[in-house]
Amino acid sequence: MIKADKLVYNYRKYDEEGREKETIRAVDGVSFDVQKGDFIAVLGHNGSGKSTLAKHINALLTPSEGTLWVNGMDTSDEDHLWDVRQSAGMVFQNPDNQIIGTIVEEDVGFGPENMGIPTNEIWERVEESLKAVNMLKYRHHSPNRLSGGQKQRVAIAGVVAMHPKCIVLDEPTAMLDPNGRKEVIRAVRALNQVEDITVILITHYMEEVIYANKVLVMDDGKVVMQGTPREIFSQVDTLKSYRLDVPQATLLAWELKKAGLDLPDGILTREELVEALCRLY
Amino acid sequence: MSIVLEHVTYTYSPDTAYEIHALKDVNLEIKDGQFIGLIGHTGSGKSTLVQHLNGLVKATSGHIYFNGEDIYAPGYDMRKLRSKVGLVFQYPEHQLFEVDVLSDVCFGPKNQGLSQEEAQKRAREALRMVGLSEEYEKQSPFELSGGQKRRVAIAGVLAMEPEVLILDEPTAGLDPRGRDEILDEISYLHKERGITVILVSHSMEDVAKYVERIIVMNQGEVLHDGAPREVFRHYKELESVGLAAPQVTYIMHTLKERGFDADEDATTIEEAKETILEAFRKKGKKI
Amino acid sequence: MIRDITLGQYYPAESILHRLDPRVKLTGTVAFLVGLFLIKGWPGYVAATIFLFIMIRISKVPFRFIVRGLKTIFIILLITLVFNLFLTPGDRILVQIWKLRITDKGLYTAVFMAVRLIYLIIGSSLMTLTTTPNDLTDGLETLLSPLKKIHVPVHEISMMMSIALRFIPILLEETDKIMKAQMARGADFEHGNLIQRAKNLVPLLVPLFISAFRRANDLAMAMEARCYRGGEGRTKMKPLIYARRDYFAYGILVLFLAVIIALRILL
Repeated sequence: MIKADKLVYNYRKYDEEGREKETIRAVDGVSFDVQKGDFIAVLGHNGSGKSTLAKHINALLTPSEGTLWVNGMDTSDEDHLWDVRQSAGMVFQNPDNQIIGTIVEEDVGFGPENMGIPTNEIWERVEESLKAVNMLKYRHHSPNRLSGGQKQRVAIAGVVAMHPKCIVLDEPTAMLDPNGRKEVIRAVRALNQVEDITVILITHYMEEVIYANKVLVMDDGKVVMQGTPREIFSQVDTLKSYRLDVPQATLLAWELKKAGLDLPDGILTREELVEALCRLY
Repeated sequence: MSIVLEHVTYTYSPDTAYEIHALKDVNLEIKDGQFIGLIGHTGSGKSTLVQHLNGLVKATSGHIYFNGEDIYAPGYDMRKLRSKVGLVFQYPEHQLFEVDVLSDVCFGPKNQGLSQEEAQKRAREALRMVGLSEEYEKQSPFELSGGQKRRVAIAGVLAMEPEVLILDEPTAGLDPRGRDEILDEISYLHKERGITVILVSHSMEDVAKYVERIIVMNQGEVLHDGAPREVFRHYKELESVGLAAPQVTYIMHTLKERGFDADEDATTIEEAKETILEAFRKKGKKI
Repeated sequence: MIRDITLGQYYPAESILHRLDPRVKLTGTVAFLVGLFLIKGWPGYVAATIFLFIMIRISKVPFRFIVRGLKTIFIILLITLVFNLFLTPGDRILVQIWKLRITDKGLYTAVFMAVRLIYLIIGSSLMTLTTTPNDLTDGLETLLSPLKKIHVPVHEISMMMSIALRFIPILLEETDKIMKAQMARGADFEHGNLIQRAKNLVPLLVPLFISAFRRANDLAMAMEARCYRGGEGRTKMKPLIYARRDYFAYGILVLFLAVIIALRILL
């Protein structure tokens, strides 16, 4: 579905006179493979290159070196630009800055309008997309009156209406409160499970990662860890060295294990921790 | 030395169809040197409340006393109040505007009427407090990373040497390490300088870890006010108003139900670890 | 709460006027204005009054909303009235105060000019009160689309207008927030002379511009990510399609203009 081969992205910094000051390698030799229906989480501290990587999947950026294929199309190929953007939709961090329409349903229709979809079909798509994120009853509202979580769900519906194969979400929950975060993650999981849309979720919140079937950890432009959430979260020390965190249940389990309790590695949820402790007690 | 709120009520657009009661009869005393966590879901009135404390928003009715003086008394110097009660807004880096970091941090002290020299001295001190070394002083604030920008903005308020520091979600949008660093610095300020700190936060884990008193707001009213252990004991009620307790609280309560002889009011990882190990020891396990 | 303000002055109600195609309302307003300037003599004004009165009644917009627009032009109205009243030369002098005299013709012109101005404002307010800013933008885009042939970027202009409609409330709220944040740092936006006040605005304007640029940048990226590539090849979710009532409305407009012209020629 998505395949990256030794992807490199350099961007240049200029000084005040417009001379080239330095070249920064934001993405440095990244290779990975995403299968259809996957739920991939990408972790990494601010400035680790994960957003730059995300923008490649939607062809907002094209690789300086290496190749990226989305749905079999090379993203550097200008002829496929719009097909790539249609197959891999993108949701950004700031909910206010990605809603174009002044009414919810018009915003969801924006993508299909750009693709030249006939009017009747736009209406069908808008309705089913809003239903998929549970926002249908807000269709006539102004986005300005919605909560952060609701706005992000509208943004997701706007992408879903373009019938993508894959959705890339670049820290969609960073600006939301806990309830908004839950709403958005619930919507994303539903899309992944019910509609079988491939999801690439970039986040700082470790609790959101446990639903993924594969986690990539980025640091300094490179993918430094890859594996299932359980594999990744068994390595608390390594994660901390990359300025990251682990879910609280994992952290407590890890502390208890260090103190001498015989707990298994990679406990992810509080239910797992309670079960494991009860077995020992 | 304290802030006292008496029957503070605030209503948006009173006497119209859009009338909203943002605060309803709030009574609070914020004692000198406390580290307070203010929690509540979006729209619970917590942001409106903190804007009352430094006089940016005036209560529709009720009184606020700062160090015994009524801040709504005629002739009360609001600008002086604002320098005593420093307020760091959400995403404070959006207010940066100067050509270099040092001048931006000097903005507050200069508004207080300090000389250039004195202002710079205070600014340097504030920058050190948030962990930014001298090399950043001449840089443009817009070229810094997100976490650094936020520190500059916090320093901009600290440089006014407030007695009370209010931070509205100071860690929003930062990565885990950035979150910990900022909170550790704030905690250090509280301990070393004795500044009163009010931390508005959505993260129950952060609140449990750092503060000594929690105020829970719901629909413009104070729902709970007490030590973290006491407040999080009401975790079911917190959930019913759209909030939650730290993960640890849930773990401890389930363990208790399953027969563990442990303190179910533990709210931090440290406390939980101790009491769980203690429970195992009591059963004769050697740990 | 700034986000709640409505731009323009749309008054939500269920009426035929609200449901009409925005193109009809735009052309209708222009036709009405042209009609006003064609009028000569009181029979024409009577016709225009009847027409306007009926329109107001079927719009279901309360009268006080309609006359609210007049407040803004009150001064202009007063000046026009005074100038016409005192400075029009005429045969019969009705009143003379010192060197100022009011003639019969002066009175006549002053009254008609004032009525014309008032009708003009009421007519256009009626359109903005019954049409959402969105519809208005759409209507303008379609009506002006022939200009595309002479390379006027009609689609781009209307896209800009609708984006502005969405972002103005957000930027207003942001202004409020930055202002408070700077006030918390001791900034003073209320005192001082003009130059000082202008200088004091720098800490507000710089962050505001930076934020606007950041938003513009983000938005452009989000639009591109959703396959936006200008007006070409774009379909519409809500295309403007004339209904029967719209043709009927055009008919009434033609009739109105015909009456006005007839009255002008015959009398």
